Amino acid sequence: MAAAPDAWKPRNRTLRWIEDRLPVFGFLREHTVEYYAPKNFNFMYFFGSLALLLLVNQIVTGIFLAMNFNPTSAGAFASIEYIMRDVEWGWLIRYMHVTGASLFFVVIYLHMFRALMYGSYKQPRELLWVIGMLIYLALMAEAFMGYVLPWGQMSFWGAKVIISLFGAVPVIGNQLVEWIMGDFLPSGATLNRFFALHVIALPLVLLLLVVLHLGALHTSGSNNPDGIEIKQHKGADGKPLDGIPFHPYYTVKDLVGVGFFLLLAAFIIFYQPTFFGLFLEHDNYVPANSLVTPAAIHPVWYFTPFYAMLRSVPSKGMGVLTLLSAIVVLFFLPWIDRGKVKSMRYRGASYKIALAIFALTFIWLGKIGIGESTWIGDTYIARVLTAVYFGYFVFLWAYTYFGWERTKPVPERVTMHE
Amino acid sequence: MNKRMFSRLLLALALVSGPLLAQEAAPTLYDAHINVHDMASVQRGARIFFNYCAGCHSLQYMRYARISHDLGLSEQQVMDNFDFNGVKFGDHAISSMPAADAAKWFGKAPPDLSLEVRAKGADWVYSYLKSFYLDPSRPVGWNNTVFANASMPNPLWELQGVQTAVYAPSKPGEDARVEKLDLSQPGMETPAQFDRTARDVTTFLTYVSEPNVFERERVGLWVLLYLVAFSLLAVFLKREYWKDIH
Repeated sequence: MAAAPDAWKPRNRTLRWIEDRLPVFGFLREHTVEYYAPKNFNFMYFFGSLALLLLVNQIVTGIFLAMNFNPTSAGAFASIEYIMRDVEWGWLIRYMHVTGASLFFVVIYLHMFRALMYGSYKQPRELLWVIGMLIYLALMAEAFMGYVLPWGQMSFWGAKVIISLFGAVPVIGNQLVEWIMGDFLPSGATLNRFFALHVIALPLVLLLLVVLHLGALHTSGSNNPDGIEIKQHKGADGKPLDGIPFHPYYTVKDLVGVGFFLLLAAFIIFYQPTFFGLFLEHDNYVPANSLVTPAAIHPVWYFTPFYAMLRSVPSKGMGVLTLLSAIVVLFFLPWIDRGKVKSMRYRGASYKIALAIFALTFIWLGKIGIGESTWIGDTYIARVLTAVYFGYFVFLWAYTYFGWERTKPVPERVTMHE
Repeated sequence: MNKRMFSRLLLALALVSGPLLAQEAAPTLYDAHINVHDMASVQRGARIFFNYCAGCHSLQYMRYARISHDLGLSEQQVMDNFDFNGVKFGDHAISSMPAADAAKWFGKAPPDLSLEVRAKGADWVYSYLKSFYLDPSRPVGWNNTVFANASMPNPLWELQGVQTAVYAPSKPGEDARVEKLDLSQPGMETPAQFDRTARDVTTFLTYVSEPNVFERERVGLWVLLYLVAFSLLAVFLKREYWKDIH
């Protein structure tokens, strides 16, 4: 973007006129055609662009839903059915929004797992990881508030349980809970403010964070499955030898990812929109009723791993602290893991085993958190799994701090597996 | 107060996930085998629903015009056979029973059934319709094995006949448990015919809970075909661009 004499300029006269006054095309070029990404990206590198696609989907479908949604405790439930039955294509817009929300978490979890696989959170990308974690937090808040809006039984009771977690804050806990709800129970006041936060405040925060995330990514450059810095081997032209321009190479490759992802999404939207009661829960088709408690209260599937941890701890204060720590500890991952080798391809065998156990633990906790099983033993299993979850970080620190890890030699240049 | 509420909630959750629920076994449901594309079944279900159920239960989100459009019935047919309240063709199917009176008569106003299948599942609705039995201890004289102590009398008894409960020998200190239901007085339909009736009503309510189901599945096919073509083109495009990357 610098005004060097040989700086790139659009050929078209009108575009040139704009570029001279606001170098927007140069900026786009710098971040697409002139952004060099490693050429060895694999399947796990589709999820960043898919997350961006889902963000756009949520905003666009959300705008149309907001046109017809009635954010009052008396009208919310009926307005959802109005959208489903009377608004032209309303059912499609709502299913796209609901399925999009769940798939957003599928994609984000895989995106985060990719970072664990190839050490993408490590130096020099610590801040990129921390901003990503902030996006995850904002996304959780956004999803939670969105789930309250249909004002079904699960909306109401889920809100009641989750908001009451803030009651664990010492001294001001109870006042805090009332302040958040604007009432003594989740009510129209709660619904209305959650609507405002869901459609304005949090989307703005999310968009800002995504811009910062991309900015940090383009500053340090993308990691890759070999965990090598491609900037260390540059050609005579100053371009990384193992890098290829993001556009057109990765735009066309991501188009393949988008195609197959949309096939999956469309199959769910058109043929299994409730996804077996997981994306749209049965109890949420019953209007909110503060006098009738559903048989089992649980948040939507993407929160259930943390919910299982919360429930496995007998004291409320400790439970909330456990839940909070489970999320906060992820922020510190770049400093907990002191290993210099990034990719699991060249890390010690124990790292790979620990990572697999960590992932399975998270999934198993999620299954317990949904609470379909009524077996008392699950509480004890959840306790063990919670310990394993935190154990991963303790292990990772000790493993790398005391130099127990036996790494393999890391190649100088990226490897292609095709 | 919130701390107390929360610990109660957690306690309730613990109880639900604990062994207490295991004792009160969930009722076993029949498999309803619903096929919402069986239009004859949806139409028969609509006829039974409006003749036997709509007196008390509303479909507050369902318009008569929409039923006519989706079930392939003329306005005349729908207005003559389904609309007994004399409301307009574009109006919702609201029961004529005043909710306050209904609450007085039954102890609880009959719930709206627009979303019953989405909330409870088709198997539940089908099994519920089949599981009424005479119980003189209940205010309306009927009870139900799927939904114990429901305040609803059996609306289809003249079709199904009258079932009575056979109790399992109870252990001391335990309530008597219904072991099975016997058809003590046959109705106008044989058990097989009544199964079809219950299934038809459930099929109709399945349609009512999501009237976009036909359009959804029809449009979905074209969307999937388009996306298959799109993905294939994307694969070829990618291969072409990546030819020289090794």
